[in-house]
Amino acid sequence: MRTLFHDRVLGRRDLIKGAAAGVVLAGRPGRAGAQKKTVRLAFIGPLTGGTASNGLGGRNSFLLAVQERNAETLVKYRYETEVLDDECKPTVAVQAALKASSDPQVVAGVTHYCSVTAIATVDTYHKAGMPAMVWGAVLPEITYGHTHVEITRVNGTMINQNNVAANFAVKTLGFKTFALIHDTTDYGRAHAKYFTEYVEKAGGKILLVQGAAKDQKDYAAELTRAKAERPEVIWYGGLTPDGVRVKVQMDKLGVRAQFQGTSGIKSDTFNETAAQSAEGTLAFVDGAPTEKLPGGKRFLEAYAKAGFKEPAEAYGPFAYVAANLVMDAIEEVGPDRAKVAAKLKRTKSADTIIGPVEFDEHGQNTVPLISKYVSQDGKWVLWEDSEYASGKRTLPGIRFKKQ
Amino acid sequence: MLGVMYALIAVGFTLFFGVLDVIHFSHGDIFMLGAFAGLTALAGLGAAGLGAPAVALALAFAGSILVVGLLGVLAERMCVRPLARSSPLMTLLATLSLGLVIREAVLIFYPRGADPKPFPQLLPAGGFELGGVAIRYENLAILAIALLAMVTVDLLINHTRMGAAIRAVAQDPEAAQMMGVNLDGTVDLTFFIGSGLAAIAGILSGLYYSEIHFVMGVSGGVIGFSAAAIGGLGNVYGAILGGLLFGMVQTLSAALIPRGSEFRDVVAFAVVMLFLIVRPSGILGEKRVERV
Repeated sequence: MRTLFHDRVLGRRDLIKGAAAGVVLAGRPGRAGAQKKTVRLAFIGPLTGGTASNGLGGRNSFLLAVQERNAETLVKYRYETEVLDDECKPTVAVQAALKASSDPQVVAGVTHYCSVTAIATVDTYHKAGMPAMVWGAVLPEITYGHTHVEITRVNGTMINQNNVAANFAVKTLGFKTFALIHDTTDYGRAHAKYFTEYVEKAGGKILLVQGAAKDQKDYAAELTRAKAERPEVIWYGGLTPDGVRVKVQMDKLGVRAQFQGTSGIKSDTFNETAAQSAEGTLAFVDGAPTEKLPGGKRFLEAYAKAGFKEPAEAYGPFAYVAANLVMDAIEEVGPDRAKVAAKLKRTKSADTIIGPVEFDEHGQNTVPLISKYVSQDGKWVLWEDSEYASGKRTLPGIRFKKQ
Repeated sequence: MLGVMYALIAVGFTLFFGVLDVIHFSHGDIFMLGAFAGLTALAGLGAAGLGAPAVALALAFAGSILVVGLLGVLAERMCVRPLARSSPLMTLLATLSLGLVIREAVLIFYPRGADPKPFPQLLPAGGFELGGVAIRYENLAILAIALLAMVTVDLLINHTRMGAAIRAVAQDPEAAQMMGVNLDGTVDLTFFIGSGLAAIAGILSGLYYSEIHFVMGVSGGVIGFSAAAIGGLGNVYGAILGGLLFGMVQTLSAALIPRGSEFRDVVAFAVVMLFLIVRPSGILGEKRVERV
C-alpha cells in the first residue's frame, strides 16, 4: 500500500494541470478560500497491479470532482485529497483503509473498485466510523451483508447485472448453452453464481464452470475443455487483463462461440489490447452510458480538459459522483464523520451525471438501468445503437450457430 | 508452449546459481522487461518503415537481447556483486527489491503502463490438423525459436572458450582465477546470457499470447525459479526439463482433474515441494559434497 498523492503533491500537480486546463484549482485559493477550513477526503483504488487502469481512471475522476469543487467560490470548505493504492489485494486494502480511517483529518472516503478489497474493508470503516462510498465493486454483500451506516455504494450490484445479462443472452439472442470461466476471487465466483442462477431461470443450460486464478496467463486447458462441450457462449467472469487473454486465446484455439463478459471487462483497454479479437464481445454495465446523460458530456469534456494521461474507464463517472455526493453531504452537515455517514445513507433522488441516485436501507444505489454493450470497430457501443442490433452485422456466436 | 517459456527463464536462474550461487529474484521482471523492450523496438521499427515481419522480428530480438542483457549485467553489478560477502539473504532482498523497482518503473514510465499491451502478430497465421490436434504455424515458429536459443546456449557453454570459463567459475571460482579466467568478465557474461534468454522468452510470450502486461514477470519469475529447482539448480538441461515438466503438470491438472483449473498452481507447486523433499538436488542436479 503506497500513498501516491498527498495534499501538497496534489496541489503542485493540480497547479500544472490547471494552468493547462484553465481551471482554478485547490492550490490557488483566493482571499476567501484562504480562510476556509480544510477537509480531507480519501480515495482508495487499485493504482498498481493488473486492474490499475480502472483504478487510475477512478482516481482521476475523483480528483476532477475535488478540483471542480475547490474552484467554486460558494463552498464552505477547501478539500484536500489522500490517494491510496489498494493494489486490488485485500490485505493491502485493509492497510490503506486503516491509514485513511485512523487519520482524523480524513472525513470520508471514496473507496475500492475491486470487490475483494471492498468486502475486506467494510468492518474497518465501520469500526473507525468513517463514511466510505464504494465506487466500483459489485459484490452484493458489500452493502447487503451488514447494517453498517458508514458503507454506501453508488454503483449497482452484480445481481441486477447478471439478471439482465442472462435474460439478454438467452431470451433476446437465443443462446442456450454456456461454458463459464471465472476468476477465483469473490468477484468471479459470485458473478458465476448469479449468472448461472439467471441463465437456468431463463431456460439456458450451463455446460461447464471452470475457475482460474486471477492473472493467469494461459487458458489453453480451460478453453480446450470448454471447446469439447461445444457451447454457444463462452462467458468470462473476471476483469479486463484476464478477459483479454481468454478472448484472444479463444480465437487462437479456434473456439467458435460467442464471447460474453461482465462489467469487469468493459474498459477501453479491453478493446485496445484484444484488438480485432474484441469484435462482437458483449459486456454489461450498470447505469446509462456517460455520454448519454445530461451531465455526462460535461464530465467527459472536463475530464479531457484536465489532461489526465489515463481514460476515465467505465467506473470513473461513479468515482466522480461518489466524490460529489460526499462533498455535498459535508457542505450540508459539516465535516463530522457520523453526521456525514447518516446524511449519505439517506441520499434520495440526488441529481448526478449517472442519473438520480437513491440509496435503499442498506446504502445501495438502486440503479434502475443496466446497459448492454457490444464491441464494435474497437469501441464499446451501446447495444441498441450498434450495427449488431440493427441487423447490419451478425454477432460471432449467432454466425457460428448458423454455420 | 507454456513449458518452453518457463524453460528459457529457468535457464537464466540456473546459470546465475551455477556461477555465483545466487538466486536472482528480479529475473522474472527482467523477462517482462524483455517483452516491453521487444514491443518498443517493434513500434520503433514500424515507425521507421521497417515493416517486413521477419526483419522486424529479428531486429526486435537482437535489440531486446542487447538492452535486457546489459540491464542484467547492471543488475548484477548493483545488487549482487556488492553483496558478495554478505548473507545470501541480503542478495535475495536486493534482487527482490530490484524486481519491484523494474515493475513499478514500467507501470509509471511506459506510456499507459498500467494497461495490458497488444503485441504485434508477426508470425505466420494458419495451421493444419495432425491426428485430430490443431497445430498452428505460429506455435511451431515459437518452438523453433526457443529451441534455437537453447541449442545456442548449449553450444556457447559446452563448446566455446567463453563457456569453458563459465563452467570453470561455476566449479571453483578461485581455481578458475588461478588458471587465468577473468572472474568479473565471466560473471558479466553469464548475466548477459541469462538475461538475454529471458528477453527471448518475453518476446515469445508476447507473440504467443498477443499481449504483455507489466505484472507478467511476477508469476514468470516464481515459476521459472521453481522449474530450475525441479531440474536441479546449476544444471542447464535440468532447467529446461524442469520448465517443460512444470508447464505439463499445470496444463494436465487443468485438463484432467475435475475443477482442476482452480488448482493447477496448487498441483504444480505441490510437485515442486515433493521434489524438494524427495530429491532436493532436482532431477539432474548433482549432490554437493562439502569437504571439511
